[in-house]
Amino acid sequence: MPDKLLEVKHLKKYFNTKNGLLHAVDDVSFDIERGETLGLVGESGCGKSTIGRAILRLHEPTGGEVLLNGVDVTKLNKQELRALRQKMQIVFQDPYSSLDGRKSVFESIGEPLVIQKVCKSKKEYEERVYELMETVGLAERLVNAYPHELDGGRRQRVGIARALALNPEFLVLDEPVSALDVSIQAQVLNLMQQLQKDRGLTYLFISHNLSVVKHISDRIAVMYLGRMVELADCKQLFKNPVHPYTKALLSAVPIPRLDVKTERILLEGDVPSPVNPAPGCRFAGRCAQCMERCTAEQPELREIEPGHFVACHLCDR
Amino acid sequence: MANEKLLEIKNLTVHYQSYDATVHAVENLNLSLGNGETLGLVGETGAGKTTTVKSIMRILPTPPARVVSGEIFFDGQDLLKVSEKEMRKIRGKEIAMIFQDPMTSLNPVMTVADQIAEVIRLHDGGSRAEAHKKACDMLELVGIRPERGSDYPHQFSGGMKQRVVIAMALACNPRFLIADEPTTALDVTIQAQVLELMKKLKAQYQTAMVMITHDLGIVAEICDYVAIMYAGEVVEYGTREHIFNSTAHPYTKGLFACIPDIFTEQNELVPINGLTPDPTDLPQGCRFNPRCPYATERCRQEHPENVEIEPGHFVACHLINGGGNENA
Repeated sequence: MPDKLLEVKHLKKYFNTKNGLLHAVDDVSFDIERGETLGLVGESGCGKSTIGRAILRLHEPTGGEVLLNGVDVTKLNKQELRALRQKMQIVFQDPYSSLDGRKSVFESIGEPLVIQKVCKSKKEYEERVYELMETVGLAERLVNAYPHELDGGRRQRVGIARALALNPEFLVLDEPVSALDVSIQAQVLNLMQQLQKDRGLTYLFISHNLSVVKHISDRIAVMYLGRMVELADCKQLFKNPVHPYTKALLSAVPIPRLDVKTERILLEGDVPSPVNPAPGCRFAGRCAQCMERCTAEQPELREIEPGHFVACHLCDR
Repeated sequence: MANEKLLEIKNLTVHYQSYDATVHAVENLNLSLGNGETLGLVGETGAGKTTTVKSIMRILPTPPARVVSGEIFFDGQDLLKVSEKEMRKIRGKEIAMIFQDPMTSLNPVMTVADQIAEVIRLHDGGSRAEAHKKACDMLELVGIRPERGSDYPHQFSGGMKQRVVIAMALACNPRFLIADEPTTALDVTIQAQVLELMKKLKAQYQTAMVMITHDLGIVAEICDYVAIMYAGEVVEYGTREHIFNSTAHPYTKGLFACIPDIFTEQNELVPINGLTPDPTDLPQGCRFNPRCPYATERCRQEHPENVEIEPGHFVACHLINGGGNENA
């Protein structure tokens, strides 16, 4: 029996806009096992960040359930939610804007400890902050530095230390390395893998960078316009992508090698608007294999082989 | 390959002067490019890539920027010596530039056709109607319906805005195109569309191009030559095959090692230790020495010169220059 840490069931998040209802996340279900990393990929506007935030209730979900250790996060009141936040934390994309510019490294990392009142004495508090800095590889001399004095990689380490301050079980990593240079990106990715190993953390890793996601994830979910189109084991997804969108997405990644030639599937046009989406498959308008049924009926996510889920009518044939 | 190079940069040095320090943005840079060729300029933030191309266009903010020395020959003419008036004739006509962020490089209060027509009228003259017609043709060329020419930039998506910028850059058939991270702000599937378009147009018009990028995948796809920049210098230069198949400089090797490979299973990435140096206080000797796993005493003392290790493949590293290739 797999030990499911997080279960997301029929999660929906709609936003009211001037032009109508924006379906940011539309009926998405998945679960994450303890100690696992689930990668969430998709292009801008597909709802991947919204999922991450809705799980933590930084956005109030419109519908559905989010179970963390069997407790429905969406039904908690304010106090209960605050207590549960110790168990789940988030690292944001842009370390340049997600830190308070008027707080020093020490204050930023210590803030969650103060809010949750977990330290009994000032001494314990200081020790915890220094311990966290060491964990994420920040030199002690930076303790009084302000964010503007740090480079992107170090700022992101502060963001990670903050998220780890309360010993969470589950972390949402929302594009944690996309603002960083490649050499720094590798340092931060290694740090996150090490932390997962040492502390048994569970990650939801959100990114648009497929090679990064492949590197760090056990399973990968592909999103398109608020819907999950494919979910599979990492190796399986890259070896045998089934959904036409996944195929196009994988083929679009430029490969830094000369000995590999990929057959590129070029998609026509742009991602359509998620405001009042048409019935049927969301990808139908750009899909080369679109059938009549695709524009009428929304495909459900179905298991086509053990652990491999696809939402596409083509799989029915 | 023609002997006569379209672009030749010789010993270019650019500094930024702040009130208490000098930023050594580009130091002693040499590059050349022939007709129809594409050069990839690769490096991390602060390596001096954008400063280099901005000095070709002469659009560096001066002050604080200052071209300390060097020559930039375009078609035999030193661009650093021509008058501002003549430069305006070259900019947009002979040399065009595509900027990184299509969201901010278009004028929000002009329709896109008017913006493209503006370049055409400025350089090729002609009536408003003719220029407008040509602008619509350009839009069609990059795959945008000409009717949409009367729309404003905010009505387009990111990928389409970048196409408009490309259309504008190509409007006067420039011989030389500078693309500063043209696809960084775009999603992968849209990036694939734009790259495909640029490849097609390059083949069609035989435009020479300098492409700034930090994505080695894009380099593999589109570039003929590659220059790897680190802290204001070119540390390795060669054809695409040289850089990918016989990588020589430790920094270039480090770059390859820290990108996750989609085809192989690897448990841990090998990051380059440390950070890019402070450009106001560069290390003595080789600039990469504090981060280089193979650094020797000589690397800490003496600045390495560019050495041709095989025809057309230049590397600035002591290890390769005489010291034997320890890491082969």
